[in-house]
Amino acid sequence: MRRSAFRRSRGDAPFRLASTGAGVVLLAIMAAIGVFLVVKAIPALQANTSNFLTEKIWNPNAVEPAFGIGALAFGTVLSSFLALVIATPVAIGVALFISHYAPRRLAAVLGYVVDLLAAVPSVVYGLWGVVFLVPFMRGPSEFLNTYFAWIPIFGGDQVVGKSMLTASIVLAIMILPIIAAISREVFLQAPKTQEEAALALGATRWEMIRMSVLPFGRPGVISAAMLGLGRAMGETIAVALILPATFGISFEILGPNGNSIAANIANGFGEATAVGRGALIASGLVLFLITLVVNMAARLVIARRKEFARAA
Amino acid sequence: MAKQIEVSGLDAYYGAHKAIEDITMTIEPRTVTAFIGPSGCGKSTFLRTLNRMHEVIPGARVEGKVRLEEQDLYGPDVDPVSVRRTIGMVFQRPNPFPTMSIYDNVAAGLRLNGRFSRSELDGIVESSLKGANLWNEVKDRLHKPGSGLSGGQQQRLCIARAIAVRPQVLLMDEPCSALDPISTLAIEDLISSLKTDYTIVIVTHNMQQAARVSDKTAFFNLAGQGQPGKLIEMDDTSRIFTNPGMKATEDYITGRFG
Ligand SMILES: Nc1ncnc2c1ncn2[C@@H]1O[C@H](COP(=O)(O)OP(=O)(O)O)[C@@H](O)[C@H]1O
Ligand SMILES: [Mg+2]
Repeated sequence: MRRSAFRRSRGDAPFRLASTGAGVVLLAIMAAIGVFLVVKAIPALQANTSNFLTEKIWNPNAVEPAFGIGALAFGTVLSSFLALVIATPVAIGVALFISHYAPRRLAAVLGYVVDLLAAVPSVVYGLWGVVFLVPFMRGPSEFLNTYFAWIPIFGGDQVVGKSMLTASIVLAIMILPIIAAISREVFLQAPKTQEEAALALGATRWEMIRMSVLPFGRPGVISAAMLGLGRAMGETIAVALILPATFGISFEILGPNGNSIAANIANGFGEATAVGRGALIASGLVLFLITLVVNMAARLVIARRKEFARAA
Repeated sequence: MAKQIEVSGLDAYYGAHKAIEDITMTIEPRTVTAFIGPSGCGKSTFLRTLNRMHEVIPGARVEGKVRLEEQDLYGPDVDPVSVRRTIGMVFQRPNPFPTMSIYDNVAAGLRLNGRFSRSELDGIVESSLKGANLWNEVKDRLHKPGSGLSGGQQQRLCIARAIAVRPQVLLMDEPCSALDPISTLAIEDLISSLKTDYTIVIVTHNMQQAARVSDKTAFFNLAGQGQPGKLIEMDDTSRIFTNPGMKATEDYITGRFG
């Protein structure tokens, strides 16, 4: 029997079927989860006696449930944003040191250590935060409050160890390794031709990094930071252990105000009534939306300079 | 502005591998010197020892002397960064900075060197682009990215970037090998006109190109696989191509090997 030379190869069809099937199943599961969560959340939202978006207090287990994600969403965004601001510059420095400054042997060891730190479970960072950082931060916080109170975020009458600042520092330390690890990979991929172009013009190593490596790595670093931000926003245990879990909106990060959506779910799910669970699920959906918006914003930032980012 | 380069007893290594051995030559100011030879004989390596770019490769090192008008480039208190500011380089593949505009590409080296006013920068960018025969093609889109240009234009942009800092010597490593014939001609014309101001060294695998653009030609060869490359002979280009002193040179030029 003669076979056509253009026959579709035999392995192709089953594989196509399997991969399409996997994709469809994945989407179906995600849709099912989404529908389930929304269905669970709706009765709680209907029973709510106050405005879900603006209310600061979380009291869904009462006879007259009243709850809102105002304070929780604020705390989530503020703590994660602070963590990002603290972690990103340090992570970029660490990544650059490993990729472009350290001798090869040391770079290999450091790279390994960073990868290892990125894999440490967050509860470990949380425990370290409670046991060590919370008592430790009292002194520096008092100092900041005494001498830098003119900067609004360090103002306020009350200074505590279990503060927004402490939680943000723990989050920063937690997300630093992952940002550093990804940034390092990106910096290592900066084209040698670009680096040599800068060096041949008489650039020092730091000038070369600024001219060639950082512009090349920019989208990758932004992606890494967004991944870190996502982790910080979704982080549950570490934050639940440290944040004071009071409901208020305040930029005074040394004070006893602060809570986050994820931490609130971890703290409250056990004793929640049916309405309480629905309320927590609703707050989880809001967290999902915030993450989505942040990611889309990051994509916009990356795409904005596409015209210039096309590597030669 | 142009200066003489004197090389004596120069070896270059990649780790334990000796890539070139015992090279001694004098490169005259205001001339075009061409390096020719079979691939792998160390032309690029040697070129990169002249502006201390060789040592940026991990494990690479150089032994011997390179003097730029009496100054030892490998002297103990010589900063390789300042050597590279004095001796410019154009690479085999055009490598403009992709995130920078055409203007910023040309100004990049100047901004490293010090403070220039906006109008000074404008003037130097314009004269460098004119010097690289690119001004007319890009003057209306100076603030567009350099990566949007054609290959030949990108290479001329790289030449403009290199001459903007007023180097004393310009090193070019097969600058036309990635270009079409028309762009190649444009760059060859440019090399001839730059010769009045600069000492130019060009590596080329194209014999006609060496014959067209250079005043002096150096022929490199290697005894065998894994052996270091050596300078076989160096002479006036007309002489190398009509009446070379060595049999190996003649064989290479007439295409009997390589
Ligand atoms: N980055 C490098 N690392 C190790 N060896 C290299 C490197 N670049 C070139 N070499 C070796 O040095 C020798 C000379 O190479 P090169 O200078 O590129 O020759 P040419 O430019 O004449 O073709 C070759 O044997 C090549 O394998
Ligand atoms: Mg070469």
